[in-house]
Amino acid sequence: MADPVSAGAQFLPDPVGAGARFPPDPGGAASPVSLTPAAAELIRSLRGRHGPLMFHQSGGCCDGSAPMCFPAGEFRTGASDVLLASLAVDGVPEPVEFWISKSQWQLWKHTRLTVDVVPGRGSGFSLEAPDGLRFLIRSHLTPTPTLTGRRGNDESLDQP
Amino acid sequence: MTRYDAPTHWQSRYDHFIGGEYVKPHGGQYFENPTPITGQTFCEVARGTAEDVERALDAAHGAADAWGRTPAAERALILNRIADRMQENLESLAVAETWENGKPVRESLAADIPLAIDHFRYFAGAIRAQEGSLGELDDDTVAYHFHEPLGVVGQIIPWNFPILMAVWKLAPALAAGNAVVLKPAEQTPASIHHLISLIADLLPPGVVNVVNGFGVEAGKPLASSPRVAKVAFTGETTTGRLIMQYASENIKPVTLELGGKSPNIFFDDVSAASDDFLDKALEGFTMFALNSGEVCTCPSRALIQQGHYADFLATAVDRTRAVRQGHPLDTDTMIGAQASNDQLEKILSYLDIGRQEGARVLTGGERADLGGELSGGYYVQPTIFEGDNSMRIFQEEIFGPVVSVTSFADLDDAVKIANDTLYGLGAGVWTRDMNTAYRAGRAIQAGRVWTNCYHAYPAHAAFGGYKQSGIGRENHKMMLEHYQQTKNLLVSYSPKKLGFF
Repeated sequence: MADPVSAGAQFLPDPVGAGARFPPDPGGAASPVSLTPAAAELIRSLRGRHGPLMFHQSGGCCDGSAPMCFPAGEFRTGASDVLLASLAVDGVPEPVEFWISKSQWQLWKHTRLTVDVVPGRGSGFSLEAPDGLRFLIRSHLTPTPTLTGRRGNDESLDQP
Repeated sequence: MTRYDAPTHWQSRYDHFIGGEYVKPHGGQYFENPTPITGQTFCEVARGTAEDVERALDAAHGAADAWGRTPAAERALILNRIADRMQENLESLAVAETWENGKPVRESLAADIPLAIDHFRYFAGAIRAQEGSLGELDDDTVAYHFHEPLGVVGQIIPWNFPILMAVWKLAPALAAGNAVVLKPAEQTPASIHHLISLIADLLPPGVVNVVNGFGVEAGKPLASSPRVAKVAFTGETTTGRLIMQYASENIKPVTLELGGKSPNIFFDDVSAASDDFLDKALEGFTMFALNSGEVCTCPSRALIQQGHYADFLATAVDRTRAVRQGHPLDTDTMIGAQASNDQLEKILSYLDIGRQEGARVLTGGERADLGGELSGGYYVQPTIFEGDNSMRIFQEEIFGPVVSVTSFADLDDAVKIANDTLYGLGAGVWTRDMNTAYRAGRAIQAGRVWTNCYHAYPAHAAFGGYKQSGIGRENHKMMLEHYQQTKNLLVSYSPKKLGFF
């Protein structure tokens, strides 16, 4: 797949509150989640068929560690989750929220995530499986070991 | 060595199995089913939708009452006959399972299918032996407790052991007197139909129904239906939560098995002698390659005590390099294919992040191209990483033949590292000292601690998770109660009124 491109997502630093939504990063360039063009294209296609969308990053066995794509609101997020990004996708009128469980993000927060697409056969109840495609996370180390405590204007931690 | 031929019993197309017969999908659509051995499609499978699930639920509800009232002895007899039929067809089931999933046939011949057979026999025995209870509350009052079936249950099956995982769920549900609607994984939808083709005549129509399809199109209508009394699922955490969410809407119970990141702990005294036990422990280390690593309890974190770390690990690397990768239908092959292309891609993404995080690759680390027709299949070299428990390869279930190794100082350190994970499904403890084994086994927060063994899955040993690894215990008679209601009859034998009114 092609190199990741920033989807203009808003970075939401490591939250401490329950399911809290933190103010977006002013620059918008340091999102922990980005999309490949192929992922953006698949999101556009799914949006056209299923309406507004959301992601929740899974863990555990079988199809685990895959980003699951649902109709927005289908998966109920709560106090145990973190909203990592609200992804802006060309051609999609509303941002696509990307969630992960708080405990899992504690273990992932030193990495940035790129949502890609590969040919695939199944993925839980995720919407793309019948298309013979599957969203896949590719990960990249952030330049610092942890983003804990980072706040929106702390530029020193932003750039790779 | 035996090299089995590719199975020829497959139908070109499989419909849903509903009410004892094959039924075309309501939407008329099918999806292709490739073998991971070559990547080539070998059959088409019905693409189920909510209408198909409803039809299966109709059939199950039509059969549940009579099945629930069938004497336990008769239900047990049917389960035993299923086991006998599977025994008679062990090779063909094993070859089908290998063709479907990519696992080495030596494993499906010696583990998957024999365990499935025994599972039916175990629950046939367990239901015969199960008793209700009575409490004599006073001289005139007795509380009777009866086990009753739930009715119709939904079961969603994973792709790593398509037949065995189905049987883990089917056997207790059927023994307890429930009718089942089962959805196989879309990655491995066909081998269960080979099993059905062998046993369909043994079961009353509607007691077992199989609806194929994708999670979002067939799994969701099943999991969210108010017409199922319980949902059983094996898979990952996000879908597990979604299934709990649907169940909460209907106030139904669930059992969930959601994986792990199992530590396999090798104390110094393992290397105290060069003997059979050391040899067994080294095999225990290499168990991360069993089923190509696609096991919820894959021993994917090896913790080796500092005193023998270098020597044990060097020998373990040699042992891993000796794992023979080849055609899964060759009985000499020790590791076969990953189950799907997306699983292959996910494993490769973890090999990438492991390197980025600074873990050392001691062996493997790449996709394997086995040449010829196998070049289209999905193969990964058995891989050993050396690193730190905070790395993502130590914290996430890769579901591939990848083990991440680190060292520990003493018992407390071992337990601390072992428990530093979101999950708690399995663990292994290897030591010649019984006290160390006991202390470690009790301190590790996991539902199953293999002690001086690994990857044994006998019936009558409870299997299930602590922490985020799930809810419920399979493989044991206690699973019967996950498929039963408790009916209490509170009976007064006194002719006297209470005197309130």
